[in-house]
Amino acid sequence: MLLIPCPYCGPRSELEFKHAGEAHITREPQVADDQAWGEFLYTRTNPKGIIAERWRHTSGCGRFFNCLRDTVSDNILATYKSGEPRPSLETSGEPSR
Amino acid sequence: MVETVTLARSGSLAGRRMASVTELAPVARFSFRGSEATAIKLGEAFGARPAVEPCRSSVAGARSALWLGPDEWLLIATDQDAGTLFAALETALAAEPHSLVDVSHRNTGFDIVGAGGAGLLSEGCPLDFDLAAFPVGMCTQTVLGKAEIVLWRFAPLSFRLECWRSFAPYVADFLAQAADNQD
Ligand SMILES: [Zn+2]
Repeated sequence: MLLIPCPYCGPRSELEFKHAGEAHITREPQVADDQAWGEFLYTRTNPKGIIAERWRHTSGCGRFFNCLRDTVSDNILATYKSGEPRPSLETSGEPSR
Repeated sequence: MVETVTLARSGSLAGRRMASVTELAPVARFSFRGSEATAIKLGEAFGARPAVEPCRSSVAGARSALWLGPDEWLLIATDQDAGTLFAALETALAAEPHSLVDVSHRNTGFDIVGAGGAGLLSEGCPLDFDLAAFPVGMCTQTVLGKAEIVLWRFAPLSFRLECWRSFAPYVADFLAQAADNQD
Protein backbone atom coordinates (compact mmCIF):
# COMPACT_ATOMS: atom_id res chain seq x y z
CA MET A 1 0.00 0.00 0.00
CA LEU A 2 1.41 3.37 -1.04
CA LEU A 3 1.04 6.44 1.15
CA ILE A 4 0.59 9.28 -1.35
CA PRO A 5 0.92 12.91 -0.23
CA CYS A 6 -1.89 14.83 -1.94
CA PRO A 7 -0.69 18.44 -2.41
CA TYR A 8 -3.97 19.59 -0.85
CA CYS A 9 -4.96 16.95 1.72
CA GLY A 10 -1.63 15.54 2.89
CA PRO A 11 -0.59 11.88 3.06
CA ARG A 12 -3.41 9.49 2.20
CA SER A 13 -3.80 5.82 1.43
CA GLU A 14 -3.42 4.66 -2.16
CA LEU A 15 -7.06 3.44 -1.86
CA GLU A 16 -8.25 7.03 -2.31
CA PHE A 17 -6.35 7.64 -5.57
CA LYS A 18 -6.45 6.72 -9.22
CA HIS A 19 -3.40 6.69 -11.48
CA ALA A 20 -3.80 8.81 -14.62
CA GLY A 21 -0.78 8.18 -16.82
CA GLU A 22 2.43 10.02 -17.55
CA ALA A 23 2.53 13.77 -16.80
CA HIS A 24 3.71 16.75 -18.85
CA ILE A 25 2.56 15.38 -22.21
CA THR A 26 1.41 18.35 -24.24
CA ARG A 27 -1.09 18.22 -27.06
CA GLU A 28 -0.52 20.24 -30.21
CA PRO A 29 -2.94 18.91 -32.82
CA GLN A 30 -2.57 22.02 -35.03
CA VAL A 31 1.04 21.29 -35.81
CA ALA A 32 1.12 17.52 -35.41
CA ASP A 33 1.62 15.32 -38.46
CA ASP A 34 0.59 11.69 -38.32
CA GLN A 35 3.88 10.64 -36.78
CA ALA A 36 3.78 13.29 -34.01
CA TRP A 37 0.10 12.64 -33.32
CA GLY A 38 0.70 8.93 -33.00
CA GLU A 39 3.54 9.55 -30.61
CA PHE A 40 1.39 11.90 -28.54
CA LEU A 41 -1.29 9.26 -28.28
CA TYR A 42 0.76 6.15 -27.70
CA THR A 43 4.46 6.73 -27.00
CA ARG A 44 5.45 6.93 -23.36
CA THR A 45 8.89 7.07 -21.79
CA ASN A 46 8.20 4.09 -19.48
CA PRO A 47 11.48 4.56 -17.61
CA LYS A 48 13.14 2.18 -15.21
CA GLY A 49 13.60 4.81 -12.52
CA ILE A 50 12.00 8.16 -11.86
CA ILE A 51 8.83 9.07 -13.75
CA ALA A 52 6.54 12.09 -13.53
CA GLU A 53 2.94 10.92 -13.61
CA ARG A 54 -0.55 12.19 -12.97
CA TRP A 55 -2.67 10.98 -10.10
CA ARG A 56 -6.15 11.98 -9.06
CA HIS A 57 -7.37 12.09 -5.46
CA THR A 58 -10.70 10.63 -6.57
CA SER A 59 -12.05 9.65 -3.15
CA GLY A 60 -10.73 12.81 -1.52
CA CYS A 61 -10.52 16.37 -2.82
CA GLY A 62 -11.05 15.15 -6.39
CA ARG A 63 -8.01 16.99 -7.74
CA PHE A 64 -5.48 15.89 -10.34
CA PHE A 65 -1.86 16.47 -9.36
CA ASN A 66 1.57 15.30 -10.48
CA CYS A 67 3.89 12.91 -8.74
CA LEU A 68 7.53 11.84 -9.10
CA ARG A 69 7.77 8.11 -8.47
CA ASP A 70 10.62 5.64 -8.75
CA THR A 71 9.27 2.76 -10.81
CA VAL A 72 11.85 0.37 -9.34
CA SER A 73 11.15 0.94 -5.64
CA ASP A 74 7.67 2.56 -5.83
CA ASN A 75 9.19 5.29 -3.67
CA ILE A 76 7.28 8.57 -4.09
CA LEU A 77 9.81 11.41 -4.21
CA ALA A 78 7.57 14.45 -4.65
CA THR A 79 4.03 15.53 -5.42
CA TYR A 80 3.05 18.92 -6.83
CA LYS A 81 -0.04 20.69 -8.12
CA SER A 82 -1.05 20.53 -11.77
CA GLY A 83 0.44 23.47 -13.65
CA GLU A 84 3.51 23.67 -11.45
CA PRO A 85 6.88 22.78 -13.01
CA ARG A 86 8.43 19.40 -12.37
CA PRO A 87 10.63 19.82 -9.28
CA SER A 88 14.31 19.04 -9.61
CA LEU A 89 15.57 16.39 -7.26
CA GLU A 90 18.89 16.59 -5.53
CA THR A 91 20.84 13.60 -6.74
CA SER A 92 22.69 12.51 -3.64
CA GLY A 93 23.81 9.23 -5.09
CA GLU A 94 21.85 7.44 -2.40
CA PRO A 95 19.94 4.50 -3.81
CA SER A 96 16.20 4.93 -3.34
CA ARG A 97 14.64 2.55 -0.88
CA MET B 1 -36.88 8.83 9.35
CA VAL B 2 -34.69 8.80 12.39
CA GLU B 3 -33.38 5.44 13.39
CA THR B 4 -31.01 4.66 16.19
CA VAL B 5 -28.90 1.57 16.01
CA THR B 6 -27.04 0.91 19.22
CA LEU B 7 -23.92 -1.03 18.52
CA ALA B 8 -22.65 -1.10 22.08
CA ARG B 9 -21.56 -4.56 23.10
CA SER B 10 -21.68 -6.02 26.55
CA GLY B 11 -18.71 -7.58 28.22
CA SER B 12 -15.51 -6.41 29.79
CA LEU B 13 -14.45 -4.37 26.76
CA ALA B 14 -17.79 -2.66 26.31
CA GLY B 15 -16.56 0.66 27.65
CA ARG B 16 -13.74 0.91 25.16
CA ARG B 17 -15.74 -0.23 22.20
CA MET B 18 -19.00 1.51 22.86
CA ALA B 19 -20.39 3.59 20.05
CA SER B 20 -23.82 4.50 18.79
CA VAL B 21 -24.69 5.01 15.15
CA THR B 22 -27.69 7.24 14.47
CA GLU B 23 -29.22 7.93 11.09
CA LEU B 24 -30.07 11.63 10.98
CA ALA B 25 -33.26 13.40 10.00
CA PRO B 26 -33.26 15.20 6.62
CA VAL B 27 -31.49 18.56 6.55
CA ALA B 28 -30.75 21.19 3.92
CA ARG B 29 -27.49 20.52 2.05
CA PHE B 30 -25.81 22.31 -0.80
CA SER B 31 -22.82 21.61 -2.95
CA PHE B 32 -21.08 24.95 -3.44
CA ARG B 33 -18.26 25.52 -5.91
CA GLY B 34 -16.50 28.82 -6.55
CA SER B 35 -13.33 30.79 -5.91
CA GLU B 36 -12.13 31.74 -2.45
CA ALA B 37 -13.40 35.28 -3.09
CA THR B 38 -16.86 33.93 -3.92
CA ALA B 39 -16.71 31.72 -0.84
CA ILE B 40 -16.29 34.85 1.30
CA LYS B 41 -19.41 36.35 -0.30
CA LEU B 42 -21.27 33.11 0.30
CA GLY B 43 -20.12 33.07 3.91
CA GLU B 44 -21.68 36.49 4.52
CA ALA B 45 -25.06 35.23 3.33
CA PHE B 46 -24.83 31.71 4.75
CA GLY B 47 -23.43 32.51 8.18
CA ALA B 48 -20.65 29.95 8.30
CA ARG B 49 -17.71 31.18 6.21
CA PRO B 50 -16.20 28.34 4.16
CA ALA B 51 -12.72 27.44 5.40
CA VAL B 52 -9.87 28.00 2.95
CA GLU B 53 -7.58 25.62 4.82
CA PRO B 54 -7.87 22.11 3.36
CA CYS B 55 -9.99 19.56 5.22
CA ARG B 56 -11.38 22.02 7.75
CA SER B 57 -14.94 22.94 8.69
CA SER B 58 -16.52 26.09 10.01
CA VAL B 59 -19.68 26.20 12.10
CA ALA B 60 -21.96 29.09 13.01
CA GLY B 61 -25.02 28.03 14.96
CA ALA B 62 -27.09 25.71 12.77
CA ARG B 63 -24.94 26.35 9.68
CA SER B 64 -21.86 24.30 8.78
CA ALA B 65 -19.48 24.56 5.83
CA LEU B 66 -17.19 21.61 5.11
CA TRP B 67 -14.12 21.92 2.85
CA LEU B 68 -14.20 19.14 0.24
CA GLY B 69 -11.74 20.53 -2.31
CA PRO B 70 -9.88 23.76 -3.19
CA ASP B 71 -13.03 25.22 -4.77
CA GLU B 72 -15.69 22.94 -3.31
CA TRP B 73 -17.62 22.93 -0.04
CA LEU B 74 -20.55 21.03 1.44
CA LEU B 75 -23.00 23.35 3.20
CA ILE B 76 -25.35 21.99 5.85
CA ALA B 77 -28.18 23.94 7.49
CA THR B 78 -30.54 22.50 10.09
CA ASP B 79 -32.58 25.64 10.73
CA GLN B 80 -34.20 26.43 7.39
CA ASP B 81 -35.79 24.54 4.52
CA ALA B 82 -33.62 24.05 1.48
CA GLY B 83 -35.82 25.95 -0.97
CA THR B 84 -35.91 29.19 1.03
CA LEU B 85 -32.22 29.08 1.82
CA PHE B 86 -31.29 28.23 -1.76
CA ALA B 87 -33.15 31.29 -3.04
CA ALA B 88 -31.46 33.53 -0.47
CA LEU B 89 -27.98 32.24 -1.32
CA GLU B 90 -28.56 32.53 -5.07
CA THR B 91 -29.67 36.15 -4.60
CA ALA B 92 -26.51 36.91 -2.63
CA LEU B 93 -24.31 35.25 -5.28
CA ALA B 94 -26.12 36.62 -8.34
CA ALA B 95 -23.10 38.61 -9.55
CA GLU B 96 -20.55 35.88 -8.83
CA PRO B 97 -19.48 32.98 -11.04
CA HIS B 98 -20.31 29.92 -8.96
CA SER B 99 -22.21 26.67 -8.76
CA LEU B 100 -24.76 26.02 -6.03
CA VAL B 101 -26.71 22.76 -6.13
CA ASP B 102 -29.35 21.57 -3.69
CA VAL B 103 -28.17 18.08 -2.68
CA SER B 104 -30.35 17.79 0.43
CA HIS B 105 -31.86 14.50 -0.69
CA ARG B 106 -28.72 13.09 -2.28
CA ASN B 107 -27.05 12.39 1.06
CA THR B 108 -27.87 10.49 4.20
CA GLY B 109 -26.14 11.52 7.41
CA PHE B 110 -25.07 9.35 10.34
CA ASP B 111 -23.70 10.41 13.70
CA ILE B 112 -21.17 8.00 15.16
CA VAL B 113 -20.70 8.88 18.80
CA GLY B 114 -18.72 7.23 21.56
CA ALA B 115 -15.29 5.97 22.51
CA GLY B 116 -15.56 3.11 20.00
CA GLY B 117 -16.51 5.25 17.01
CA ALA B 118 -13.03 5.60 15.53
CA GLY B 119 -12.54 1.86 15.91
CA LEU B 120 -15.70 1.13 13.92
CA LEU B 121 -14.65 3.50 11.14
CA SER B 122 -11.16 1.97 11.04
CA GLU B 123 -12.70 -1.31 9.89
CA GLY B 124 -13.23 0.26 6.48
CA CYS B 125 -11.40 3.60 6.34
CA PRO B 126 -7.60 3.96 6.05
CA LEU B 127 -7.32 7.32 7.84
CA ASP B 128 -5.51 7.81 11.16
CA PHE B 129 -8.13 8.84 13.72
CA ASP B 130 -5.70 9.90 16.42
CA LEU B 131 -6.72 13.38 17.58
CA ALA B 132 -3.35 14.76 16.45
CA ALA B 133 -3.81 13.42 12.92
CA PHE B 134 -7.58 13.95 12.62
CA PRO B 135 -8.41 16.82 15.01
CA VAL B 136 -11.83 18.15 15.93
CA GLY B 137 -13.09 20.27 13.04
CA MET B 138 -11.37 18.19 10.36
CA CYS B 139 -13.53 16.96 7.50
CA THR B 140 -12.66 15.07 4.36
CA GLN B 141 -13.96 12.89 1.61
CA THR B 142 -12.68 9.36 1.96
CA VAL B 143 -13.87 5.76 1.72
CA LEU B 144 -15.65 3.32 4.03
CA GLY B 145 -15.32 -0.10 2.46
CA LYS B 146 -16.68 0.32 -1.06
CA ALA B 147 -18.59 3.54 -0.30
CA GLU B 148 -17.33 7.06 -0.81
CA ILE B 149 -18.12 9.15 2.25
CA VAL B 150 -17.64 12.57 3.80
CA LEU B 151 -16.32 12.25 7.32
CA TRP B 152 -16.30 15.13 9.82
CA ARG B 153 -15.10 15.04 13.42
CA PHE B 154 -17.23 17.64 15.22
CA ALA B 155 -16.26 16.64 18.77
CA PRO B 156 -13.44 14.46 20.14
CA LEU B 157 -15.63 11.33 20.22
CA SER B 158 -18.21 12.33 17.60
CA PHE B 159 -18.11 11.84 13.84
CA ARG B 160 -20.62 12.87 11.19
CA LEU B 161 -20.65 10.56 8.20
CA GLU B 162 -22.40 11.61 5.01
CA CYS B 163 -22.86 9.20 2.13
CA TRP B 164 -25.01 9.08 -0.94
CA ARG B 165 -28.52 8.00 -0.07
CA SER B 166 -28.38 4.73 -2.01
CA PHE B 167 -25.23 3.76 -0.08
CA ALA B 168 -26.84 4.33 3.33
CA PRO B 169 -28.01 0.70 3.86
CA TYR B 170 -24.52 -0.53 2.91
CA VAL B 171 -22.86 1.94 5.30
CA ALA B 172 -25.23 1.07 8.16
CA ASP B 173 -24.68 -2.66 7.60
CA PHE B 174 -20.92 -2.15 7.31
CA LEU B 175 -20.80 -0.38 10.69
CA ALA B 176 -22.99 -3.05 12.30
CA GLN B 177 -20.67 -5.73 10.92
CA ALA B 178 -17.68 -3.76 12.19
CA ALA B 179 -19.17 -3.82 15.68
CA ASP B 180 -19.70 -7.58 15.37
CA ASN B 181 -16.09 -8.03 14.28
CA GLN B 182 -14.91 -6.31 17.43
CA ASP B 183 -16.97 -8.50 19.72
ZN1 LIG C 1 -6.60 15.61 -1.94
